[in-house]
Amino acid sequence: MAAPLSVEVEFGGGAELLFDGVKKHQVTLPGQEEPWDIRNLLVWIKKNLLKERPELFIQGDSVRPGILVLINDADWELLGELDYQLQDQDSVLFISTLHGG
Amino acid sequence: MCQEGEDYGAPAPEMPPPPRAGRELKCVKCKEGLPVVVIRAGDAFCRDCFKAFYVHKFRAVLGKNRLIFPGEKVLLAWSGGPSSSSMIWQVLEGLSRDSAKRLRFVPGIVYVDEGAACGQSPEDRARTLAEMKLILQTVGFPWHIVALEEVFSLPPSVLRYLAQEPSGTKGAYKAAVDSFLQQQHAPAEGEEQLSQPGSQDPQSPAGLPTAAQTEAQPPTAAQTEALSRLFDSVKTLTAKEELLQTLRTHLILHVARTHGYSKVMTGDSCTRLAIKLMTSLALGRGAFLAWDTGFSDERHGDVVVVRPMREHTLKEVAFYNRLFAVPSVFTPAVDTKAPEKSSIHRLMEAFMLRLQAQFPSTVSTVYRTSEKLVKAPRDGSAGGPPGPRCLLCMCALDIDTADSATAFGAQTSHLSHMQPPTPPAEAPTTPCCSAGAGRAQGCCRGAEPCRREDPRAHVIEQLCYGCRVNMKDLPSLDPLPPYILTEAQFRSQRASVLQEMQEYLIDSDDEAQTGES
Repeated sequence: MAAPLSVEVEFGGGAELLFDGVKKHQVTLPGQEEPWDIRNLLVWIKKNLLKERPELFIQGDSVRPGILVLINDADWELLGELDYQLQDQDSVLFISTLHGG
Repeated sequence: MCQEGEDYGAPAPEMPPPPRAGRELKCVKCKEGLPVVVIRAGDAFCRDCFKAFYVHKFRAVLGKNRLIFPGEKVLLAWSGGPSSSSMIWQVLEGLSRDSAKRLRFVPGIVYVDEGAACGQSPEDRARTLAEMKLILQTVGFPWHIVALEEVFSLPPSVLRYLAQEPSGTKGAYKAAVDSFLQQQHAPAEGEEQLSQPGSQDPQSPAGLPTAAQTEAQPPTAAQTEALSRLFDSVKTLTAKEELLQTLRTHLILHVARTHGYSKVMTGDSCTRLAIKLMTSLALGRGAFLAWDTGFSDERHGDVVVVRPMREHTLKEVAFYNRLFAVPSVFTPAVDTKAPEKSSIHRLMEAFMLRLQAQFPSTVSTVYRTSEKLVKAPRDGSAGGPPGPRCLLCMCALDIDTADSATAFGAQTSHLSHMQPPTPPAEAPTTPCCSAGAGRAQGCCRGAEPCRREDPRAHVIEQLCYGCRVNMKDLPSLDPLPPYILTEAQFRSQRASVLQEMQEYLIDSDDEAQTGES
């Protein structure tokens, strides 16, 4: 049983184009049975925030290769990637590296 | 081994996931700090060690290759994207260090506004330009903003290889650095001026005499219209991307030549170059991989293109920019939001990145392969005159005279586009106007049907294989900027004049024999 969480979701590097150009989103995740990990967060983002072209952001149950995920300014690989359990006031940043040079 | 019909059965048993570098581990370098980023496969770095690692790589790539001489004018090609922004930041920081380890060249920045090719509205372009200017003013180097529309006023000389006297042996580099340092420490009064281009004032960090900004007039609506027409007429996204790259290169080269820059730095990262290597193979540019992906590219002769970011992966660049607040501006490109299979570039990018996700050494393996490519002269003849160069990409032509397979393919595809065939009485063996291949046979002498040949053949026959394939997606050459067509005509006229002169020249080998060659 997970309590509602307030997290900041941010998009950069061009990923914001898929979210109406809005870079920062302060979201409140509702309380639910399963804990809020990144995997569930992605599902939530796909359903509620993603405006177009889901295949450019999500692939399978993870992000598309080429999109970096930073949790509180640290690499998500250090924190367990999809299995990291979100905490209140966390900041999750998705940077697309596929654009520009 | 693999056989047809062999069933691979059940999937391999699930391996336990490899142990991940957890947060409770320490930085692998200093063993103390809290790690923030994982580089390569499993190396966790803390913030400070990551910064040192990143900066060191940049300096090492420049120092290892020893191509940039002190006081040289270097043009930094900036697209606004993360890699080139990071490169500019590294140059900025490198120039402001204490004098022993300082970078020693004179930088300038060029930004090419490609909004017209990407279908942006004038308001969007103006807004992007304003953001760019803010950053340019913060950086403080002299900058040049050019719109892509200016390709319509380029001179044909931009397509010519301008030879430059060789910069000398390795000893010359060291000698140049030593003499530069000596002059820096010379007494303040009566200090002799450096005779190198872009002489530096030792007091100021970058040593720039006057910040020379240039921003040409905003492009006219007619030029923007012409550019849009050109890009709309290209049938495939692959050809569009290649054409954009070609035009951009020519424009940057022109800016460099006009303002006296002898080097251009581009921000191609390791990941991008690995993708570019594979894409070039798919596009038929395998002969030029060493120039397209190597550290230095001297195909233009006097201006050398240098890639100092080639050892940084996109992940490192993105992390550095985020952790150390490097400003960059996002601008949509021709392939923004394009689906995965829309062009060869996108397909290859998706392939490489997906493979990288499963096998983290993919990009570095491809990159290491590119490092091993050697630029060998074509026939091994180092002393001979330089051969013909491709009209667009300016690499040495890789198409032989009529015998090779590629020439045959180009020839037959040209013939299929030809006008009604010549009357049988006139065509014994080779058809008239077989201009698809080399010009050695020459166009039919004085025969009238030859002049009906469209200018398209003149252009196509001067391109390398990769550029010819791209041109197939451009149904008409009319929308191309005039400098390309002018130079093509000039070259083919010169070739036909040379051909005519050949028969009047007495070959020195034939002196013992009678007659002409």
